[in-house]
Amino acid sequence: MLNIKNLEATIDNKHILRGLNLNIKPGEVHAIMGPNGSGKSTLANILSGKNGYDIKGDINYNGMNLGELSTEERAQKGIFLAFQYPLEIPGVNTNIFLKTSLNAVRKSKGEKELDTLTFLKLIKEKASELGIDEKFLSRQLNVGFSGGEKKKNEILQMKLLQPKLSILDETDSGLDIDALRIVADGVNSYKNKDNAFLIITHYQRLLDYIKPDFIHVLSKGKIVKTGNADLGVELEKTGYSNLA
Amino acid sequence: MKTEDLKNSKEYKYGFTTDIENIRAPKGLNEDTIRFISKIKKEPKWMLDWRLKAYNRLKVLKEPNWQKPKYPKINYQDLYYYSAPKSSSEKPKSLDEIDPKILETYKKLGIPLVEQKRLNGIAVDAVFDSVSVATTFKGELTKKGIIFCSISEAIQKHPDLVKKYLGSVIPLSDHYFATLNSAVFTDGSFVYIPPNTKCPMELSTYFRINASETGQFERTLIIADKGSYVSYLEGCTAPMRDENQLHAANVELVALDDAEIKYSTVQNWYPGDENGVGGIYNFVTKRGACRGKNSKISWTQVETGSAITWKYPSCILQGDNSVGEFYSIAITNNFQKADTGTKMIHLGKNTKSKIISKGISAGNADNMYRGLVDISNKAINSRNYTQCDSLLMGNKCGAHTIPYIKNNNATSTIEHEATTTKINEEQLYYCNQRGLDQEEAVSLIVNGFCKEVLQQLPMEFAVEAQKLVAISLEGSVG
Repeated sequence: MLNIKNLEATIDNKHILRGLNLNIKPGEVHAIMGPNGSGKSTLANILSGKNGYDIKGDINYNGMNLGELSTEERAQKGIFLAFQYPLEIPGVNTNIFLKTSLNAVRKSKGEKELDTLTFLKLIKEKASELGIDEKFLSRQLNVGFSGGEKKKNEILQMKLLQPKLSILDETDSGLDIDALRIVADGVNSYKNKDNAFLIITHYQRLLDYIKPDFIHVLSKGKIVKTGNADLGVELEKTGYSNLA
Repeated sequence: MKTEDLKNSKEYKYGFTTDIENIRAPKGLNEDTIRFISKIKKEPKWMLDWRLKAYNRLKVLKEPNWQKPKYPKINYQDLYYYSAPKSSSEKPKSLDEIDPKILETYKKLGIPLVEQKRLNGIAVDAVFDSVSVATTFKGELTKKGIIFCSISEAIQKHPDLVKKYLGSVIPLSDHYFATLNSAVFTDGSFVYIPPNTKCPMELSTYFRINASETGQFERTLIIADKGSYVSYLEGCTAPMRDENQLHAANVELVALDDAEIKYSTVQNWYPGDENGVGGIYNFVTKRGACRGKNSKISWTQVETGSAITWKYPSCILQGDNSVGEFYSIAITNNFQKADTGTKMIHLGKNTKSKIISKGISAGNADNMYRGLVDISNKAINSRNYTQCDSLLMGNKCGAHTIPYIKNNNATSTIEHEATTTKINEEQLYYCNQRGLDQEEAVSLIVNGFCKEVLQQLPMEFAVEAQKLVAISLEGSVG
């Protein structure tokens, strides 16, 4: 699904990624861990198409050269980023945002756009699966939401848009244990053999709930170690300091 | 959106011209022109005298020059002050008598004048250049005693009402453009709502400038008698022309005891091309008097068109407990300029006013909020709340806020909030990451920014206004 070869990235003369390789197949869950400043969020930003980076290397996504796709095309073709800091958009009703987004994705696939009634039925269903109160959907997008509510809203969007590759950028940070469980349940209930996850996190605790197939350690812009789920537990004890 | 759709939608959709034979007054501003207008409208002598008085006053007035957007000197002798389709030299008695070309024009504009195709039960008065060509739903309104007709017709049929109220809010000698309008106004709408009557439908006037080298000087007068309610909406478009055309309208509202007037404007005059050539000069005087106790006047404006928009829809809060509101969205793109806001004059006790202004600038445009809150010493316990928000797109445009506050009363409360923001790259990225393209993202964010104002519009027009907001800004973000 995703094949990254020798990825280098620079922003404002800062060389952040220095030859990163990663291969993700459908049905897999990959976790990326690593110290602050190692380039984890940069990787998420580059995959989702954020502007401002100078990029070298190849990124192939389902047979397409990712560099040739605009941010919205990537989203329409199934790349989803759950933001570390979801943006507030004042005056825009959450329901309207979600409907506009879903219909943009549907339209790009040549599917019929959903009318308001059908959409509301669908979104209520998805929200109740995540234990999200309906009232929350008629509030302005992320405005005045608590950290946990914002993150839950990201997972709701993921379940609504049904992406192929979901990237979770520190979705667990700032969550209490209940919210963490809701987020994890959301991911686990969506996981299947056709989609894949790239989970960026600092801590093992999210990985107690979402079992990764691979854990990669990112340090100074490179993957320095790859292992299975046990690696996370080990890192929790030893820290990153004795890795290159 | 496909490139081709985008290209088409960027063009001003209403820029076409209707090829129709006109009757025009001779060029130039003089007594003969005024006599010509008055005569062709079969006006009584008192009306002609009123116009001439205004004209004499005009001779000593100077064109104001304090506004921010400057414009080349207007040659008032080089304009036509009256232009009407030949076919309507006699006002048509029924819709069947209207020139099919005019009906076709309004159909193209999306304003059906055929009553069977009810536009959600909205009564429309259509003004084409200098004359009103059709008023719909007259019968239904007459049953309730509501008068909705062209001002020309009102001068003939309801002279007592016109004499009593015309010029009572905007005096003859108010200022240059208002006085010019009083001398040469050609048509516009007249509304009278009798006591204790709620007007059962939205009333609407659609203004269309068609002829070239023509100024449009419309005059609208709305009177809400005791305990009545009316919601009124005006829309405006004009063909694309390289010359600048002047539109200097006067709108007067009078609300008596316990009456309420809601006046909404969707202004989409031709804004000029992307290099700033052509477009309408929209220099308009709008003023409402809350004359009675507990009366209310609410202005809502969505200003997206015109090369220059220069207007301050205002409220004179005379009656005790009266309320004035001003909700505004002003969008300027390319080389458009706006200097707009409101005046809230508090005279009565416990009077309240609320001002919500949203200015959006893109391209090389310049957008100014200018407003006055004036609280007299008699206006005890009066309140004002003002909120001015500006949104900038790109780095070549400007936003300015100049609030004037005069307070002569220690018991009053005045609040003013202002913000200026630049459209946020992170917000756009977030929307893009959810599959929205740049135009959709901008439209969503801007409509969110304008929401408090958009929701004041009558439902039927809110959707249209949202689309207009999006179209006006297309292509303004990389």
